[in-house]
Amino acid sequence: MRLLNLLFPERRTSAVIARERLKIVLAHERASRQAPDFLPVLQKELLDVIGRYVEIRSDMIRVNLGRSGDTSLLEINVEIDGTGVKPTKNGAAGDGRATGTRIEGVVAPWVKPG
Amino acid sequence: MLTSGKGGVGKTTSAAAIASGLALRSHRTVVIDFDVGLRNLDLIMGCERRVVFDFINVINGDAKLNQALIKDKRNDNLFIFPTSQTRDKDALKRDGVERVLEELKESFDYIVCDSPAGIEHGALTAMYFADSAIIVTNPEVSSVRDSDRIIGLLASKSRRAEFNLEPVAVHLLLARYSPERVRKGEMLTVEDVKEILSIPLLGVIPESESVLRASNTGTPVVFDEESPAGRAYHDAVARFLGEQRELRFLQPERRGFFRALFGRA
Repeated sequence: MRLLNLLFPERRTSAVIARERLKIVLAHERASRQAPDFLPVLQKELLDVIGRYVEIRSDMIRVNLGRSGDTSLLEINVEIDGTGVKPTKNGAAGDGRATGTRIEGVVAPWVKPG
Repeated sequence: MLTSGKGGVGKTTSAAAIASGLALRSHRTVVIDFDVGLRNLDLIMGCERRVVFDFINVINGDAKLNQALIKDKRNDNLFIFPTSQTRDKDALKRDGVERVLEELKESFDYIVCDSPAGIEHGALTAMYFADSAIIVTNPEVSSVRDSDRIIGLLASKSRRAEFNLEPVAVHLLLARYSPERVRKGEMLTVEDVKEILSIPLLGVIPESESVLRASNTGTPVVFDEESPAGRAYHDAVARFLGEQRELRFLQPERRGFFRALFGRA
């Protein structure tokens, strides 16, 4: 069958073009449909954990699932207010270096797209 | 339930044909119009002048179920449940719809829901309660894409998904198929659509003049014994009920010598 296809390549009829366009657009839409369900929960849990150590508001954290080439990237952006560092349990407060800190985490590879 | 996402692909025609097909096989069947505000099932079923009460009246408790159900004149097993022409889709309250569906389940073998187009409240409500969904699709890019979206929603937004029950059984019904145009490479083939959507195929309904004739007269197309579309719907109903049937009407019709001579298609 393969050989046959090589010898007689499929004509680029409008139906063939339709099929190819659909396959591409649906692959893309299905991928973006499946992923982000857990993101709000993840964001809330991260907020809770980080909030134990530094003052943080919900609008200071952003979680995104992006894509770069072959791999999906889980991108976490946390902005920390300079004044908001909480003293930790053992008394060692932040040394002030957290002023205006921006923690950026990137985890890869997350999912390999099909 | 019958759904499609896109409008104008043949949902109401198919709902009418499949409900009638089930009734012709002696199953007590009711077909409900979920398209609140854009009532049309009554016209396709030919009972538009017999509508007194509707779905919304029953949901609101203004009428009893048996006052709103219209008994089909052609088949004793078939009932039509029209929707409201004047209200809007928000009148479909989920708990009200659930109560009415539960009541219908007591006296019917099959409840066929004709969903509105789109993914708004009416469509989502019809989808929510489905046990089985027939996705009416045309071999055309926008219809296939919208069907794919609907299949995704059925998997995540239905009652069955919410309660982790067995997923809604989805079936593909490919309507307005033109074998002649497929042969010329101008239309997606049935294999293309099956492969792209990857759900089981219930049937292929050929593009047929008899469908417009049927809607003109308010007679579901399955009552037309001569019609290829009518016979294809009968096959789809048989498959829905678990029978094995070969696909028909996938090849361009050969015009016989006499037909060619006298020009009657």
